[in-house]
Amino acid sequence: MHKLLQGEPESRHFLLGNEAIARGAIEAGVAFATTYPGTPSSEISANLFEISQETDLYFEYSSNEKIALELASASANSGLRTLCLMKHVGLNVAADVLMTLAYLGVKKGLVLLTADDPFMFSSQNEQDNRYYGKLAGVPVLEPSSVDEAKEMIKYAFDLSEQLNEPVIFRTTTRVNHSSGIVEFKDITLPQTKGEFVKDPMNYVSVPAVSRKRHKVLLDNLEKAATISDSCSYNFIKGKGNFGIICNGVSYAYVCDSIKDLGIEDKVKILRPGLSHPMPDALIKEFLKDTEKVLVVEEGEPVMEEYVRSVAQTQKITCEIKGKHKDLLSRLYEFNPSIVRSAIAKFFGFENKSAVPVDISDLPVLPNRPPNLCAGCAHRAVFYAAKKAGGTDTLYPSDIGCYTLGFLPPVGMGDFVLCMGASIGTACGFSKSTGKNTLAFIGDSTFFHSGINGLLNAVFNNHDITVVILDNRTTAMTGHQPNPGVDMTELGFENYNQIDIEAVVKSLGVGYVQTVKPYNIRKTQEAIEEAMKFKGVSVVIAKEKCVLYAKQLGQGKKTVFQVNHDKCKNHRNCVNDLGCPAFYIEKDKVNINPEMCTGCSVCAQICPENAISPVKIK
Amino acid sequence: MSNITKLIIVAVGGQGNLLASKILGEAALDAGIQVQMSEIHGMAQRGGVVESSILFGDAKSSIIADGEADILLGFEPLESLRAVAKCNKNTEIITNMRPLQPFTSAIGLAKYPESEEIEKLLKAKSKNFLGFDATKLAIEAGTSLSLNMVLLGALAQRNLIPIGKDLIEKTIKEKTKKQFAETNLKAFHAGFQKALELSK
Repeated sequence: MHKLLQGEPESRHFLLGNEAIARGAIEAGVAFATTYPGTPSSEISANLFEISQETDLYFEYSSNEKIALELASASANSGLRTLCLMKHVGLNVAADVLMTLAYLGVKKGLVLLTADDPFMFSSQNEQDNRYYGKLAGVPVLEPSSVDEAKEMIKYAFDLSEQLNEPVIFRTTTRVNHSSGIVEFKDITLPQTKGEFVKDPMNYVSVPAVSRKRHKVLLDNLEKAATISDSCSYNFIKGKGNFGIICNGVSYAYVCDSIKDLGIEDKVKILRPGLSHPMPDALIKEFLKDTEKVLVVEEGEPVMEEYVRSVAQTQKITCEIKGKHKDLLSRLYEFNPSIVRSAIAKFFGFENKSAVPVDISDLPVLPNRPPNLCAGCAHRAVFYAAKKAGGTDTLYPSDIGCYTLGFLPPVGMGDFVLCMGASIGTACGFSKSTGKNTLAFIGDSTFFHSGINGLLNAVFNNHDITVVILDNRTTAMTGHQPNPGVDMTELGFENYNQIDIEAVVKSLGVGYVQTVKPYNIRKTQEAIEEAMKFKGVSVVIAKEKCVLYAKQLGQGKKTVFQVNHDKCKNHRNCVNDLGCPAFYIEKDKVNINPEMCTGCSVCAQICPENAISPVKIK
Repeated sequence: MSNITKLIIVAVGGQGNLLASKILGEAALDAGIQVQMSEIHGMAQRGGVVESSILFGDAKSSIIADGEADILLGFEPLESLRAVAKCNKNTEIITNMRPLQPFTSAIGLAKYPESEEIEKLLKAKSKNFLGFDATKLAIEAGTSLSLNMVLLGALAQRNLIPIGKDLIEKTIKEKTKKQFAETNLKAFHAGFQKALELSK
C-alpha cells in the first residue's frame, strides 16, 4: 500500500510538505486530480499518481495547465471533489479558464493549487499568484507550515463547497519543500461517480448568462468576506501596542523572531490564512489601539495595500509599513534573519543576532553550476546545430533541461520566455530581423503549447527551423509522462502515444526529418538541409533522456576512454562539448568511466580518433 | 534561542544528503522532539549543490540564515567552505575532506583550493573543526554511497544534536533499504569511531 495511505488516524509522520498536501487531499476525499508537472508542486502529483494506481482516485498528467483546469471544472461541476495543481506560472496558462469558471462556479469542491516560487529556485519569474484571487474574485488560502497545509487543504474543499466557487490554495517553495511532523486523520471515502445536471442558462457563458453569473460571483465574494472574519485560519495572537500582519512562511519567521528578540509581550500578530477576501472586522480590531503595524509578506504588498485602505476608511492613522527600502523587499524569499532585523528596526528593539563569520578572506571558489548530464543527447544536438547554423543564427530556446544549453561551453540559447514560446518568438525574430532563426523545444513543452506556435508558423508561412529535442519524457521535473511517452514501458496499458513526426507532418510542415542525435554527422546534415528549406522546417532529435533510460534498465554497456598515445590535446571534446565526464589530469583529458554513458559523441568529434569504446566487464 | 539546535548539511547532488536529513527527522519524531527540515535541490541531479537545514526543538522556521548554524555538516570540502557564511564563532564544523571536483575545476577553468587551505580556513572560522576522509571510510564499509552514514556517525559522536547514537542507529535500521542496512550501520560506526579518535 502507498505510504500515504498507511498509518492509523492520530499516528504521526515526518513528511515533506508536498506529501502532507497529498495526504490532506486524500483525507478530504478527493476523487479527481489533474496537473501539468512543475517544481515546486511536482511531488504532490507524483504521490497522487501512485495513489491513483491503487484506489478509485482519477489522476492525470494533462498536456498543459489550461487543459488540466478544464477537466477539473467539468469534474467539480459533476459533483466530484477535485484538485487541480500546478506551479505558479502554470496558472498564467490556466487563467483563461479560471476567470470564467469563477462566474460559472462549481457544484463540489474544486481546489486550485498554485505553488509559487519566491527566489526562483527553479522558475523563470517569482510572480505573486495571490493577485489571481483578486483578479478572478475567488478565495485564497495560504498555509504557514507543513502540518497546517495538510489540514488547510481539507478546509479549502469545504470552503469551495460552501461558496460554490473554486478556491486557490497558494503554497510557496518553502512549504512544498520543507518537512515536518504531521498527524494523520481519518480518510473520507470519495464519491467517484459524478453526474452533470444540465442547466445551460447558468453554464453556457454567453453574455446574457455571464451578466447574471458575475453578480452571483460578487455575492459569493461578499459571503466569503463574512466567512473570512470568522475563519479559524484567520487569527490574532498575543497582545501589545505593536502589530505584525503576516502570511504563509513569514508567520513562522515572525513567531521565531519575536521570541528571539524577547518581545512576545509587546507585539501582537494577525495571521490571515484565508487571505482573500481579507478579514475586515479582524483588521479593524487589530489596528485599533495599535501604535505601529508592520506587514510581513514575501512578494508583492498585497496585504499591506489592503490594510492601509482599511485604515483609511476607519480614519486610523497609525503607521503601516512593509515593503520599504530599509525594511522588507519585494524581491526573493525571506528568512528568519531578514524578518528579525525588519522587526527590530521598525519597532526599535535591539537585535542581538549571531554574527556571521568573516568570509572576506575566502579564495575565489570554483562554481558548481548545473550542467547537462554526461551523455545527454541535447548536448549532441546543440553541437550539431552550432556547426550547421553558426554563431549568426538566432536560437530562441524553451523551458526544460535544454535551457541549460545556453551556458558555456555549449552556448546555445538566445531567448527564453515561457513554456512553448520558442516557436512564436522564432517567428518574430525571423520576420523582424531577417536572420536565420532556429528554435529549440522539448517534447513535453511542444505538446504543452509549442504545437500552437508551430501551427501559426505554418499558416503565416514563416521561415524558421524548429528542432524538437524529443527525449521521450518530461525530464526536468522528474520524468513525468507526456503524450509522446511510451507508457507500456512503464507498465501501463491504458494510454495512447502521440507520434511527434506525424503531428508535425499533419500540420503541413514542408520539411520534416527525424534523426538520432548521437549520430553527429547525420544530425548536422539534417539541420543544414532544414535551414536551407524556405518556410517552416522541423528536425526531430529523438533519443531517450540518459537518466530515464538508466531507470528503465536501458543504459548503455560501453564506456569510452582517451588513448593518450593518440591524443594531441586539441581539447575539442572538452571545449566544445563540456561533458561532465571529462577531467584533466597531468595536462591530459580523461573520461570518468563512472559517469560516461557511452554516447560516443566525443569520439565522433575527436580529430585524432583518440577516443574509443571499452567494454564494461 | 535556548533549546533550538540548528544544523546545516551541504553536499553535492547524489551524495545522499537528503536521506541523512530524513533519518534525523524520523529519529526526532521517534524521540518526541519537534523538528523542521528544509531542502534546496533545484538542479541537484544535474551536478548542483544540495543544502538542507534541520531545526530541532521549538522553532517554527525551517531555514537557517547566515551566521545562525550551530553545526555545519559537510559532505564535500569545497561545499563546506562555500557554506561557511552560515557559521558564527560558536559553530562546530564536521566535514568530509575528500574533494569531488566540480566540472569547472576538473577541466582546468577554475582552481580547486588545496586541502590544507580549506582545512585552515574552516578551522579558523569555527569553534571546533572535525575533518577527515569520510569517503575512504564509506568505501571500506562497503560502498562510497554510505558516505552519508559515516557523517551521521561522526555527528552522533559529537553529541551536538538532541538525538542519541542509539536512536539514529535504530532509525537507520528501520528506514534505510534492507539490503544496505548492514553496510549503512558499519559506515555509521566507522564515522563514530573516527570522530572519537579525532576528538581525543
